[in-house]
Amino acid sequence: MSENTEPTAGTRRERTATQGAVLGAFGGAGVVEGELMGEALKTEHRPPVIPQNRQSFRKWFADKGWRHIVAWLAIIFALFPLLYILSASLNPIGTLTGSNQLFSSISTTNYERLFNDPAVPYGAWYINTLIIATVTSVATVFLCALGAYAFSRMRFRGRRFGLATLLVLQMFPQLLAITAIFLLMIQISDVFPAIGLGTHAGLIMIYLGGALGVNIFLMYGFFNTIPPALDEAAKIDGAGHARVFFTIMLPLVTPILIVVGLLTFIGTIGEFAIASVILTDPNQQTVAIGLFQLVSGFQSQNWGIFSAGAILAALPVMVIFLFSQKYIAGGLVSGSVK
Amino acid sequence: MATADQGTVNEGSAKQSTTAAPANRWGDDPLFKPKKRLTSGGLLALLVKVILLGIIDAVAILAVYILVGKGDWIAAGVLVIVVALVNFVYLRPGLLPGKYLTPGLFFLAIFQIFVIVYTAFIAFTNAGDAHNSTKEDAIAQIISTSQDRVPDSPSYTVQVLKQGDQFGLLVAEPGGDLSFGTNEQPLEEVNGPPDGWDELNLNQIIRFQDEVLAVNVPISDDINDGTLRTSDGQNAFVFTSSLEYDESADTFTDAETGVVYVDDGEGNFRAENGETLTPGWRVFIGLDNFASVFTNEQIRDPLLRVTIWTFVFAALSTLVCFAFGLFLAIVLNHPTLRGKKVYRILVILPYAFPAYLTGLVWAGMLNQEFGYINEVLLNGASIPWLADPWLARFSVIFVNMWLGYGYMFLVCTGALQSLPDDIVEAGKVDGASAWRIFRSIKMPLLFVAVAPLLIATFAYNFNNFGVIYMLTRGNPRFTDTTLDIGATDIMITMVYKVAFGGGGGRDLGLASALSILIFIIVTVVAIVSFRQTKALEDIN
Repeated sequence: MSENTEPTAGTRRERTATQGAVLGAFGGAGVVEGELMGEALKTEHRPPVIPQNRQSFRKWFADKGWRHIVAWLAIIFALFPLLYILSASLNPIGTLTGSNQLFSSISTTNYERLFNDPAVPYGAWYINTLIIATVTSVATVFLCALGAYAFSRMRFRGRRFGLATLLVLQMFPQLLAITAIFLLMIQISDVFPAIGLGTHAGLIMIYLGGALGVNIFLMYGFFNTIPPALDEAAKIDGAGHARVFFTIMLPLVTPILIVVGLLTFIGTIGEFAIASVILTDPNQQTVAIGLFQLVSGFQSQNWGIFSAGAILAALPVMVIFLFSQKYIAGGLVSGSVK
Repeated sequence: MATADQGTVNEGSAKQSTTAAPANRWGDDPLFKPKKRLTSGGLLALLVKVILLGIIDAVAILAVYILVGKGDWIAAGVLVIVVALVNFVYLRPGLLPGKYLTPGLFFLAIFQIFVIVYTAFIAFTNAGDAHNSTKEDAIAQIISTSQDRVPDSPSYTVQVLKQGDQFGLLVAEPGGDLSFGTNEQPLEEVNGPPDGWDELNLNQIIRFQDEVLAVNVPISDDINDGTLRTSDGQNAFVFTSSLEYDESADTFTDAETGVVYVDDGEGNFRAENGETLTPGWRVFIGLDNFASVFTNEQIRDPLLRVTIWTFVFAALSTLVCFAFGLFLAIVLNHPTLRGKKVYRILVILPYAFPAYLTGLVWAGMLNQEFGYINEVLLNGASIPWLADPWLARFSVIFVNMWLGYGYMFLVCTGALQSLPDDIVEAGKVDGASAWRIFRSIKMPLLFVAVAPLLIATFAYNFNNFGVIYMLTRGNPRFTDTTLDIGATDIMITMVYKVAFGGGGGRDLGLASALSILIFIIVTVVAIVSFRQTKALEDIN
């Protein structure tokens, strides 16, 4: 188990081990999250090292004590911006200067303004973001799984070429083609306004195009670790390819589906550049664009309401992330190495 | 779309059962018993497939109809070919990989591959705010924006009508006849208000003030005749353009000054004194965008600095994140350190914090006058963290470190823990000190493990739009260029700002040319990366 709870990364040889571990952990039961957090927060069952005298204190310090000091310094460095923004979100004064007295007063004024101020349609932004991110991640997972299945389990002409193309394509961020995407969407608007500029559907289609290269490759690697004997057996029993895909493969590759889904979800929530070009109506926009605009003009005046919005936007992402960080880290590793 | 593919995939299996597919392994299997698959599920799947394909085809036919109506034959032709291919893939037995790959390939081909080609295409045009449409649109727009009220022209009594978000004018002509028109449709005689259009009352006229002011109804089909406009929603006047368009000569003549504007072949009507009319229209300008990148010193010099900074930023960010992450990983990688796991969770919290918010939060904290860092931590200092070019560059890297070291920490922790024990043991047996073991055994092994990740991180930071744009938006601006480019801009933010930024006019053509340059640089990085990881040879 201790093997499992450590984020594993690294060599080619190990990647399969990581994936195996991920598979095992997820296949086990639905208690992974509790297990992870429990394991992480559990204090270790070792006799506490209590310095008996100066000599052994010095020894303890040279061995471990300084590590605690470094760790606490790192934690202060890591946490203070987060605590600062939390404090600012609770501060009723709501300006930059007013936010500098950490936790001096606590109220929910800023949070209430978020949902009551008609100039700040935060609720709409939040829902838009959730819709776009959910649809994008579900569709990405499904389309990538289809592609990875074909690449992993079928042999056809152009297969190697296809894989190599995907590998090369994923090096080029979609953002580079932002001007072309913009003009293309204008042209699509002329024919089908429903999926053109300013629509969620249009934005989701763009995201799908950008996500497929990387993620098909990530999934392909994982599909390859599932022994072909399993689906061969099902085929011998008379299952067609679709049945093998839906009832044998998909359950076996659930971990990578979750990793790709979560990564896409988090990535889509944070995407700013393309969304800001495509979504022009304030009520259609996402949290990222809305919060950016809140502080791009009147940073100081809107600081409190921005902080509240940032906390609400960050919380779900951080919770998802921390509960699944080792799987995500594992997925990142296998993705970027491959 | 996704459900469509699901249905068709289901069906693929039923088809498969009746015909051996040459292109895949299913049909070759001698133990494969097709008969078992001929169930009602197959019929249902067939039904779903036919319905979904039918919907796709119907939508496609509609789209082709609209495209042909617009005269866009190329797009219509491409669409017909694509839809025909989709039908072929899903209706023909076999072609199993095609059935699985088509849905993904569809989006990939349009929004990843096609847009790259299209970017290259735009790089050879003058597309941008000043040249965003066709010549006909430009002519109409020039006429409509250069209009003045005809002196002593009569006033017409009008009503403003509204349908959806469209506005029109119902005009009572002096003779008593009624006529109606909108911005797109010139005045036509009518007997009464047309169906479906509602009259605006006074309240609504005030509410929709901007829209009412924008109503601009052509009097006849000839745009030189002028248009009707109303400023109060009740009385309208005839406005005509001081610029007259001569269709046969393809020139504009200013009625007052007599200046003639001629099509200059570069997407503008230009007078002899060099003055141009706005807007222009989109034309091919060949290599001009690339030429100006390399010769126009307003662009060339800042671009050079931006390019160098992009490399420095990507390299330093990667290095700093890695160094700090590795350091923490080593510190916390002690077998009996108490609270190690709590430390680890807390230390990676910045990595879990959404990246786009990180920049915004730090921008507030680093604010020169009111920010927490200056006001509280530095006791009221006034350090221009984001306003001085070098301090801003430092701040960007610092904030990116806060954001990114968590990932390196995770990766290095994993790599350290997976180092084989026996080699370390062998070192100990040979009498090596702890430092020696670390330097000569652990570090080399660790580097082998994380080198590909460092390259990937470099590539990621090379186009790390979020941190830069959210923290500084590329500012502080360079003083020696009119373009909106600044000291912390990396190439990708520069492209974004040139294409969609505020001041300086949006120039999509130039932005595309810059994109193409980045593509070339990324390609070089990619080649290095593939050499390093040998990933391409690995494909099997």
